[in-house]
Amino acid sequence: MTAERAQLGSVGRTAGAALRREWRLASWTVRVSVICLLLFYLLAAASPLIAPYDPARQYRDLPDCPPMDLRISAPADWPRGIFYTHPMRMVDSQRRVFADVPATRIYIHLFRGGHLFTTAPNDPPYFVLGSDGLGRDLFSRIVYGSRVSMTVGLIGVIISFSLGITVGAFSGYVGGTADNLIMRWSEIEMSLPSFYFLLALAAAIPAGMSTVMTYLMIVAIMSFISWAGLARIIRGMAASVRSRPYVEAALALGGSRSRILLRHVIPSVLGYAVVAATLSIPGFILGESALSLLGLGIQQPAASWGNLLADAEDVQNLAHYPWILIPGIFIFLAVMSFNFLGDHLRDRIDPGNTG
Amino acid sequence: MLRYLIKRILNMIPLLIGITFLSFLIISLAPGNFLSNLKMNPSISPEVIHQMEVEFGLNQPLLVRYFKWLWAVLHLNMGISLAYRVNVAFLIESRAVNTIILSVASMIFAWVIAIPIGIIVAVRQNSIWDRVLSFLAFFGMSIPNFFLAFLMIYVALRTGWFPIGGTFSVDYDTLDPIAKVADRINHLILPVFVLGIASMASLMRLMRSQILEIKNSDFVRTARAKGLSERVVVYKHVLRNALNPFITMAGYSLADLLGGAALIEAVMNLQGLGLLLLNAVRSLDVYLVMGSVLIGAVLLLVGNLLADLALVAVDPRVDFSALESQ
Repeated sequence: MTAERAQLGSVGRTAGAALRREWRLASWTVRVSVICLLLFYLLAAASPLIAPYDPARQYRDLPDCPPMDLRISAPADWPRGIFYTHPMRMVDSQRRVFADVPATRIYIHLFRGGHLFTTAPNDPPYFVLGSDGLGRDLFSRIVYGSRVSMTVGLIGVIISFSLGITVGAFSGYVGGTADNLIMRWSEIEMSLPSFYFLLALAAAIPAGMSTVMTYLMIVAIMSFISWAGLARIIRGMAASVRSRPYVEAALALGGSRSRILLRHVIPSVLGYAVVAATLSIPGFILGESALSLLGLGIQQPAASWGNLLADAEDVQNLAHYPWILIPGIFIFLAVMSFNFLGDHLRDRIDPGNTG
Repeated sequence: MLRYLIKRILNMIPLLIGITFLSFLIISLAPGNFLSNLKMNPSISPEVIHQMEVEFGLNQPLLVRYFKWLWAVLHLNMGISLAYRVNVAFLIESRAVNTIILSVASMIFAWVIAIPIGIIVAVRQNSIWDRVLSFLAFFGMSIPNFFLAFLMIYVALRTGWFPIGGTFSVDYDTLDPIAKVADRINHLILPVFVLGIASMASLMRLMRSQILEIKNSDFVRTARAKGLSERVVVYKHVLRNALNPFITMAGYSLADLLGGAALIEAVMNLQGLGLLLLNAVRSLDVYLVMGSVLIGAVLLLVGNLLADLALVAVDPRVDFSALESQ
């Protein structure tokens, strides 16, 4: 282990040391948040491996099936499977009431058929978190939904922040008419009643679009709404940087405008931008969830954490099949983790701030 | 002051034109128009559709429609809702009352609880209360309000203590006035709780960080050195100075009065402006959407202006020249 470490280049070693130092400095809430986020991104990256079933496959005889119990078999049965569950049978098809069949067992195979866990193809499915109204596995849908929900924030932040930083730094550093025009435009965007506007924009997405296109449109819409606020703050910071001695020195040494912008102005505002970026990711996640929940975002049969919750809009569903609320817990955990992480980063960059 | 006020108000005019034009452009970009659905209906003859097209001006070019709308708005006429066939202003007015009641109630709920807790927690920094409540504040800030709404509906379903969504009961019209008020309040409890939690959490955190920042400043040390009691130091010196950002926030929340509850209205089926607008957007009811966007934008701009004015009134360090150079 140590030999391996020694072989790493000095850059790798210092980055690793810095990460370890950050880890030591972080409180337990921040550590849990980081682990939680890493897990969620793992869900998104390895969806086909982690999801036991095809998220669109409908088990027609098992609609609105409750989560099934996980049981451990006796050691003698371990060659057939350590874990098993009893299959579910519908006892009341009107109210969709299920009862398990204690006589039979479905063995759960680990690391079989390219899945983390699954059941034999001929066996009935094992629904860890229950199924939806069409008999689709909720856990598999959540796993695939993480691809939308966990990336929408990252991509949105990348778009809105590259726009916000570039425009803001340019506007603040150059000043004059360009600055004035850009700021007037950003004022218009910031005065838009954002949720109403988001609805209106989402309604403009044509209905027949592919999931990927809809997804990109949603990200673009939310970035469009959110870049202006950041640009204004960055502009203020850039304008104050402009009169600092080191910028004047760079100018006196013959540095070009674009060089000063890239080498001095943007790096000086980057720390703030990283914090603001982390804290704005939840807004993107919630925005996508809200739109999909209202039926204006990602459409069935594709899954996102928001559109999975749409089933709960029917009070009857909520009353009889409460497990359809589980995707909301995932949204909540993701949002809270980003909040904890962003808050911690702010404290690290600006220790004077007690908030 | 008058000069500043006039400047700010004049500044709003191009802003409002920009906002409304942008909204108009986007809603017109949406595929089809309000009549698309009617056209699918074989029982409605093409002549009727054409007549409606002419009546609502839907067959004219975008710019012409926009300026016609703008001209009408300048005459205080926001047009007619295509779906409801009534005046947009009347529709918004009748629904906005419900939304405002909900928003104001949840704001009061949030402020009344958050401010004292923020003070207590900051005064006893790092105590067990501080840790627990600060953690809970994170919880409250992070829980998506639509998810909290679903959870509350579930609680209502299980316990039967609260009505399940809606603005009033089915038999509302038959009730006597006192029972009517009681019925409305009963229906408000859960939405107010859901809407209040998030702002309560962020207000509490803001109050706490404000007080902590001011607690360490020189003038507070001076006040202590003078021998003032802790009570006077906290309430007269720290608290007064900590309140500035809250004045700004109160102004901003004016904008949230109409728009902030939209999602919760949709989820909990409350007859407010948000639900109205959501349906309007879905059916491409152009003038209704435009009316809502216009009112929302005006409230936002006026709220920001009021916040700035209040700040000047309260904080002698801020004056109009400082605001203008912002």
